[in-house]
Amino acid sequence: MLAYIIRRLLYALPILIGVNLITFALFFVVNSPDDMARMQLGVKRVTPEAIEKWKAERGYDRPLLWNAQAPGVAAATETIFFQKSVKMFAFDFGRADDGRDIAREIATRMAPSLAVALPVFALGLFAAVTFALLLVYFRASYLDFWGVVFCVAMMSVSGLFYIIGGQWLVSKVWHLVPISGYAGGADAAKFLVLPVIISVIGGIGSSTRWYRTLFLEEITKDYVRTARAKGLSERAVLFGHVLRNALIPILTGVVVLIPLLFMGSLLIESFFGIPGLGSYTIDAINAQDFAVVRAMVFIGSLLYIVGLLLTDISYTLVDPRVRLQ
Amino acid sequence: MRLVGYMLLLSVLLAACGPVWNDPYPAADRGRNILYTAFTERPKHLDPVQSYSEDEVAFTAQIYEPPLQYHYLKRPYELIPGTALEVPKARYLDGQGYPLPDDADAARIAFTDYVIRIRPGIVYQPHPAFAEQPADISRFHTLADFPNRGTRELTADDFVYEIKRLAHPRLHSPILGLMEEYIVGLGDFAKSLKQSAPANGGWLDLRRHPLSGVEVIDKYSYRIRIKGKYPQFLYWLAMPFFAPVPWEADRFHSQPGMAEKNLTLDWYPIGTGPYMLTENDPNARMVLERNPGYRGEAYPCEGESGDREAGLLADCGKTLPFIDKVVFTREKEQIPYWNKFLQGYYDASGISSDSFDQAVQVASGGEITLTEGMRAQGISLTTSVATSTMYMGFNMHDPLVGGDSEAARKLRQAISIAIDQEEFISIFQNGRGLAAQSPIPPGIFGYVEGRAGINPDMYDWVDGKPRRKSVEVAKRLLAEAGWPDGRNAKSGEPLVINLDTTATGVGAKSRIDWLNKQFLKIGVQLVVRSTDYNRFQEKVRKGAVQLFYFGWNADYPDPENFLFLLYGPQGKVKFSGENAANYANAEYDRLFDEMRAMENGPRRQAIIDRMLTILRHDAPWVWGFHPKDYTLRHAWLTNRKPSKVGHNTLKYQHIDAATRERLRAEWNRPVLWPLLLVALLLAGIAAPAIIGHRRRERMSGVAD
Repeated sequence: MLAYIIRRLLYALPILIGVNLITFALFFVVNSPDDMARMQLGVKRVTPEAIEKWKAERGYDRPLLWNAQAPGVAAATETIFFQKSVKMFAFDFGRADDGRDIAREIATRMAPSLAVALPVFALGLFAAVTFALLLVYFRASYLDFWGVVFCVAMMSVSGLFYIIGGQWLVSKVWHLVPISGYAGGADAAKFLVLPVIISVIGGIGSSTRWYRTLFLEEITKDYVRTARAKGLSERAVLFGHVLRNALIPILTGVVVLIPLLFMGSLLIESFFGIPGLGSYTIDAINAQDFAVVRAMVFIGSLLYIVGLLLTDISYTLVDPRVRLQ
Repeated sequence: MRLVGYMLLLSVLLAACGPVWNDPYPAADRGRNILYTAFTERPKHLDPVQSYSEDEVAFTAQIYEPPLQYHYLKRPYELIPGTALEVPKARYLDGQGYPLPDDADAARIAFTDYVIRIRPGIVYQPHPAFAEQPADISRFHTLADFPNRGTRELTADDFVYEIKRLAHPRLHSPILGLMEEYIVGLGDFAKSLKQSAPANGGWLDLRRHPLSGVEVIDKYSYRIRIKGKYPQFLYWLAMPFFAPVPWEADRFHSQPGMAEKNLTLDWYPIGTGPYMLTENDPNARMVLERNPGYRGEAYPCEGESGDREAGLLADCGKTLPFIDKVVFTREKEQIPYWNKFLQGYYDASGISSDSFDQAVQVASGGEITLTEGMRAQGISLTTSVATSTMYMGFNMHDPLVGGDSEAARKLRQAISIAIDQEEFISIFQNGRGLAAQSPIPPGIFGYVEGRAGINPDMYDWVDGKPRRKSVEVAKRLLAEAGWPDGRNAKSGEPLVINLDTTATGVGAKSRIDWLNKQFLKIGVQLVVRSTDYNRFQEKVRKGAVQLFYFGWNADYPDPENFLFLLYGPQGKVKFSGENAANYANAEYDRLFDEMRAMENGPRRQAIIDRMLTILRHDAPWVWGFHPKDYTLRHAWLTNRKPSKVGHNTLKYQHIDAATRERLRAEWNRPVLWPLLLVALLLAGIAAPAIIGHRRRERMSGVAD
């Protein structure tokens, strides 16, 4: 398995280079280094000299991808792309355009992101799997029918509606929790209750339907009939056999998400004033801060690759037939 | 028993929340003398040489103290001493350095000296930079971690040091280019510093580098020599760019490892002002607390008419500041901000378009009043016209709409008349604006009220108020320009005007539709070219636009700061200046040169009047509007007066924390029945499932 993991990690290198190149190309199609300088220096009284100075300080005065003036290998290395990319593979993300250290900023913002994302992930998974098993248990009954209707209705509503409606009803009308904000430590609980509940409710419709489909597929198989024939209760059949055998497709969708929890939620963090990595990314895009955008895309890609690897490894844990070679 | 235990635990937790559950602030802060406000955009710079935007000045103006400041209550805005003993008097010199009389002709004045005397006894906030620290600072990650703090007295050296920092090669002062034109020797100083700056980013001790135009006279006074006559320089002395910075702070933050921990002067300001930044998390909240070493100014005893009746003089002579702590919370979205204001968790708020109808109603006579709901909460409304101007500029380099020909001029005038600014303000600004008669907004010298102040090329004076000229007049002008009914008089081709804008999305569509309608009134086709901000700026810089939206917020309350937007040598294309319309008129430019060096008075007003006449006739802009700011505040917040140019206003404001606490508790009593309802609902959902499950478990495998 170790060889497999090493091989997968080596495969990740060209993927990361590719992602980095695409991010670079997309960013600089829209923004030039001059635009970035103007965005940072403001719109008033910005002189061409100030722009050149800003670019030179941050290394944006080089050509983007190919330096025709430089000799030999330097033609490729004395470019914005090379200079900005190489360090990133050593996890040196450098500084944001406002001068703040990106790695430190990411480390600081990771905790608020996880404080929302982890409970949402765990509670959401638990609620959706439980609800799906319940619907499967009562399959083809009116409970199943209305459960599916409920799920479709929940899926049809925009996430923004849950957020604004939840804030209005729970915080503004009922005065039960603060509308927005964040605090560290135990004080965080009162700020997290509402975003977590809203996220779980907002995601329950689609997740439940997906898991219900997986469980229904399993429940018609021979081993389930055998289990019932043995005299096992329906509860034992569902939890002991169906759930266990449906784990592989569940893990495919779930384990890959675990590392990405670090990246935070764009909408929830923005509306609830949670200073996590989601809002960091949005701010950077709005401020045309390439250093931060590139770092966040890089980390996102890396975490996704790690998530896929973890998914593969998790298969071996739930299904003894799977061997990684 | 387990259920009882859970209930007890829940009761304890809920009791810990206090009488209100939705309070976003720590329970320990309840009832304290704290002002709660919000910020939307995180500040980019808090270093006074770099900070320029309003998001940043909201913080820096409370911490840094420049030599001068604006009177809090008087209007028009009046400069008064800040850290200086008095507003410095200009001393004029000729080319040889000999003094000239005060009324000397501006052409003879080669230099102006400003000698600034500062108040003795002012001290800096307590800061680690002023104290001995352990040799190993690697374990300190925030300023609070440093064990020792110190302070020292403010001296003239600190002001000079800051002026030198404008030219620091690693700092990007937005006003360096401008100040190089005025402060003697600053340009050469900047060049020499480039060679002296350490390559490793270490401390550049500016004290070792003399700047010819700025010198320390003694411990409490220094002199700035500027080229020629530039009376507006005094306004710059009221901005944080000229506030003192101690060299110790620069040295402290230049230590190895500080920048990696974000411990820079750009993020940790150090000043002598009424407040100091004690919590700096631009992602979530920033906290200012009373500077224990602040000298304590007195609240003003004079203001403009109506201030006494508004209660703004009630604290006359009392020592500032009144508030102990100011908590700025980041609110990126308008809806939570507004709702928290209504709950009493913010002391003041603006009014977004979404909440306008909830807050304000327009009476049949056009007067603006608060809605019943707002009045019931004791909320007050303050309105003020911003020192800003929003306009649509014609690119004067464009062969169709630009140029000095009579035809182009009439075309611009026709379009300007056709676009009904009053209707725009009513529909899209909720009435929050004043149609512009010129670039100069109310409250700035040169603005004239009433009939004498209207733009006679666009308006008639009817029934005691300006009335926009009719569409027929616009059509006539268009025909005289060679475009009868919007078609070329010779070829019959339709007249097509291109508008460049950054406005996109659903909200922008209605504005664009409205604009199309305005142009169609005179038969002109409008093509709207929506583009992103970067491309728009680039097109304006290159002059690749025909008609475009722009705006300007005043740096200081002087007509020069608006009229320079149409000064030829400020042309955007030729000189990378702020004249985005690239307007150039020899007479206007000559009058501008004369006007900008003058003191306010009848002669200056006469010149401004003439300049405005030229502008109105040439119509390089579609004169847009001056926005009106509407601010709401709760009854417990007093001494709050909008100031568009003076930003150090927190020290004057007053909070009645006990009233706030009482009203917050009254407005935010938790409503508990929904919790019970949710529990019942869940039970209702679970019941059929449980019943169904039991029935199934009891079923036999064989049908009856």
